[in-house]
Amino acid sequence: MSEAVALDVPAIRREPGKFWIVPPAALLALLFFYPLALIARQAFLDDSGVANAAEIFRVLHSRFFLNALINTVTISVTATAGCLIVGLVLALILAFVPFPGSGFIARLIDTFIALPTFLVTLAFTFLYGSAGMLNTGLMEAFSLPLPPVDFLYSTWGVVLAEVTVYTPFILRPLLAAFSLVDRGQIEAASVLGARPFRIVRQVILPAAVPALIAGGSLCLLLTVNEFGIVLFIGAKGVITLPLLIYGKAIQESAYQVACIIAVVNIALSLGLFGLYRFAAGRLGV
Amino acid sequence: MLVWSRPGRIVLWLLFALIFGVLFLAPLAVILLSSLADQWNGVLPNGLTTEHYTDVVRGSAWNSVKASLITGFLASALALVSGTWAALSLRLQGHALKRLLGLLFFIPSAVPSVSVGLGLLVAFSHPPLLLNGTVAIVMIAHFVLISAFTFGNVSAGLARLSPDFEQVASSLGARPAYRLWHVTLPLLAPYLVAAFGLSFALSMGELGATVMVYPPGWVTLPVSIFSLTDRGDIFAGAALTMILVAATLVLLLGLERITARATGS
Repeated sequence: MSEAVALDVPAIRREPGKFWIVPPAALLALLFFYPLALIARQAFLDDSGVANAAEIFRVLHSRFFLNALINTVTISVTATAGCLIVGLVLALILAFVPFPGSGFIARLIDTFIALPTFLVTLAFTFLYGSAGMLNTGLMEAFSLPLPPVDFLYSTWGVVLAEVTVYTPFILRPLLAAFSLVDRGQIEAASVLGARPFRIVRQVILPAAVPALIAGGSLCLLLTVNEFGIVLFIGAKGVITLPLLIYGKAIQESAYQVACIIAVVNIALSLGLFGLYRFAAGRLGV
Repeated sequence: MLVWSRPGRIVLWLLFALIFGVLFLAPLAVILLSSLADQWNGVLPNGLTTEHYTDVVRGSAWNSVKASLITGFLASALALVSGTWAALSLRLQGHALKRLLGLLFFIPSAVPSVSVGLGLLVAFSHPPLLLNGTVAIVMIAHFVLISAFTFGNVSAGLARLSPDFEQVASSLGARPAYRLWHVTLPLLAPYLVAAFGLSFALSMGELGATVMVYPPGWVTLPVSIFSLTDRGDIFAGAALTMILVAATLVLLLGLERITARATGS
């Protein structure tokens, strides 16, 4: 068998296949990297091709930009923490305390990945909005004059919607990692008298760490880039970087300002993408 | 089994049901209910009606469904061809180039979709490539955003493929083109169908880039749902969302059946 492999290697080298990569690479360069380069160009240079440090400085120090940056980071960090907690709890129950139909439920949660993100926001309007089911119910039950639940049009509304949408991205790698945990080890620990909480901490969690880190960095990336949920909440106070780019470019036609903000947003996303690739590659998820 | 006592298990199952109910089941149920609601002033709708569906179908909604389906189909088909092509030809490269190009093909999935739309606007708003205001720019935006996912799916499928089949075919004298068409692509088929399904679903739900570049005559479903709800017509928005969810699910289930038949399982 080793002879056959040794014979095959030069045969592969002789193939003139190296240039086949050119068409898809050229398409990617023209449709993606060229527009990206133009965003950077428009951000750093003005129409006459001179660097415009003053404009960049003005945008980066403006209140609307700093607010959007702080909102984006706060929302994505909080939502990722929420996804990690909810994902871990759901995965632990699905994998180690299974019930009839738990496999089907796991697949059902998986299909949420394919649904548009704004669906959840729209549903939350009916559930928790000022005229939603929860508020109307509470007002009727306790004859309140005003809707008591008022978190939907704030950062918390966005965070809750993002937790719903992005938890499947944590659940999937966690369930894969849990399926590799040795059941005998858990049973041995429990026969020896270890409480479930201790088994989770000492046996299961160490096996879950790679999946948690990879899933968590993917969630950070996706929540930093999230647009639909924030747009549909439509709250004046909750402006994130993608929403600000949309507002500046489409509503105000301020392309240069939009490009400067886009450069910051893209840099942030690519940094998180690097983190995710590093984590996923290093930890073998 | 981690928890042995029956009460303990029941408590955990109730916790699961609560989280699952609040986060996943309630949103879907309430969208369905509101798409059928006649008047909704109390906790539950006062009556049910299919009026919102007939309204949106009679209105411009059919055009949105058509725009979304055509965009999704063409962008996914193009992404499938280019992603498969890229994944296959990447195997012929040296190690360093393979890693670099592999990373570059993934990057579109990491860039915010709004920025992809902005880039297309900046790049293609003037001659020689004047695409702003055309349907083509919507297709391109969708293609760029989903191409990384198709590339990723196909590459993952290729990595799982045993090299034996191709080596045997090669040692029996099969030319590269014959080997590709009769050995590699058929083996890859389930992954190709899965990649196409995921691309299509992503394209159907795409909002960020589309809202930046869409021309007036080509309003996709998500954009139309947004403009309906923004105008305060949330019941019609819910009805249109149900149409979007149903179309996506039917498509995914159909493709899953094709894959199951292809793999003979």
